[in-house]
Amino acid sequence: MTKPEELHEVAMTVNGATRTARVPARRLLSDCLRHDLGLTGTHVGCEHGVCGACTILLDGAPVRSCLLLAVSADGAKITTVEGLAEPDGSLSAVQQAFTECHGLQCGFCTPGFLTTITAGLRAVPEPTDDQIREMVGGNLCRCTGYQNIVASVRRAAQIQRDRAGRP
Amino acid sequence: MKPPPVGYSRPASVAEALTTLAALGPEAKILAGGQSLVPLMSMRLAAPAHLVDINRLADLSYVRHDAGQVRVGALARHAQVLASPSATVQPLLAKALRHVAHPAIRNRGTTVGSIVHAYPAAEMPAVLALLGGSVRLVSASGERLVSASDFFLGVLESAAEPGELATEVAFPVLPPRAGTGFAEISRRRGDYAICGVAAMVRLAADGTVDDARAAYLSVGPCPQVLDLTEKLAGVAPGAVSLSAAVQLVRERVDPEPDIHATADYRRHLAGVLTERALLESLGEAAGEPKGEAA
Repeated sequence: MTKPEELHEVAMTVNGATRTARVPARRLLSDCLRHDLGLTGTHVGCEHGVCGACTILLDGAPVRSCLLLAVSADGAKITTVEGLAEPDGSLSAVQQAFTECHGLQCGFCTPGFLTTITAGLRAVPEPTDDQIREMVGGNLCRCTGYQNIVASVRRAAQIQRDRAGRP
Repeated sequence: MKPPPVGYSRPASVAEALTTLAALGPEAKILAGGQSLVPLMSMRLAAPAHLVDINRLADLSYVRHDAGQVRVGALARHAQVLASPSATVQPLLAKALRHVAHPAIRNRGTTVGSIVHAYPAAEMPAVLALLGGSVRLVSASGERLVSASDFFLGVLESAAEPGELATEVAFPVLPPRAGTGFAEISRRRGDYAICGVAAMVRLAADGTVDDARAAYLSVGPCPQVLDLTEKLAGVAPGAVSLSAAVQLVRERVDPEPDIHATADYRRHLAGVLTERALLESLGEAAGEPKGEAA
């Protein structure tokens, strides 16, 4: 490149706070979150949308941050794994369930599972086992064999019920 | 795995988008959901000079039905189409959309974008081809309606010209006494299919088969539509034997081998999946409770 790349101003609400960055158009949202904003909780695995590790919530819906350009997310509300804990810093229902049910080992895929399941349980608070498998079917994990992740989703639904005081 | 340098515009209106596209000509590539384009850029298989990001064109994020068509705007995400009450007048849309990648991809990817991308293993081009739908292409100098049969030209190649924006695709609604089916086989859930079939059957007033056709994905460069009526016509849904239709399909398809499957295996699957998709179609046309395609 003979001339420097043009930079674009991007402003996003990330985990409730307004964040800005100046990025080239080609900057992936995953890289913008990690490198420009320092939020390294979002993990980058395959970088072509297959593994699900980089899944974040964009206006509440799970999407692959490696398949979005940061410039295209200007103005969006984003939740990363760093934004899932309760306001007092305690673990969210899904995070708590993962620790209780051994839903992770190495932890690389975990941010993508946590964001995906957080949104999944909002849409379907009482999922059947088939719905759980459909919910996490787009995320790869090479440690757990998935059984403990499915159990974690079931447990997270129970914790949500308990916290809401529902039977 | 990072995209190459690229120019970027984000028009605020369709008119501004068309002006930008006209000025840039072949340099421009339209960015909608980007679920195919961004990974292609990351893998350096695509290196457009300039992206025209249409994600601000909220006018195009509709799904509605009128005049016998389900109309899907350029910014309607797959998930939105799947959940839309307007899409229920053509049940094949939901049946096929459930096979499009994973929910997280469907939350961002657009149905129109998937059709314009014209990937041979994609579901929605085959659905558009089977139903005989159309694509509305708009440019600074006018607009035209291109039928599905004229739209798909080759692998990743459609009739959309530089300067044109596909603003809408239209899928005909399900006619009376008709049913649809969809079946595909992939190595892993959410992967592109090794072979897939969309089918539609229509019955005559006397309840016998009047029209039967199927469209194939992953068996050629473009969606292939086969008319199977001659093998099924005049028979009641419960009495139909599908072996002649399956035989015809295996004679007509001409799949290519690749790392995922041999040509023979794809031909075999085309027959098996035709049978499944036709059974689902016949059941629905005859008013049976909806069954899941195997």
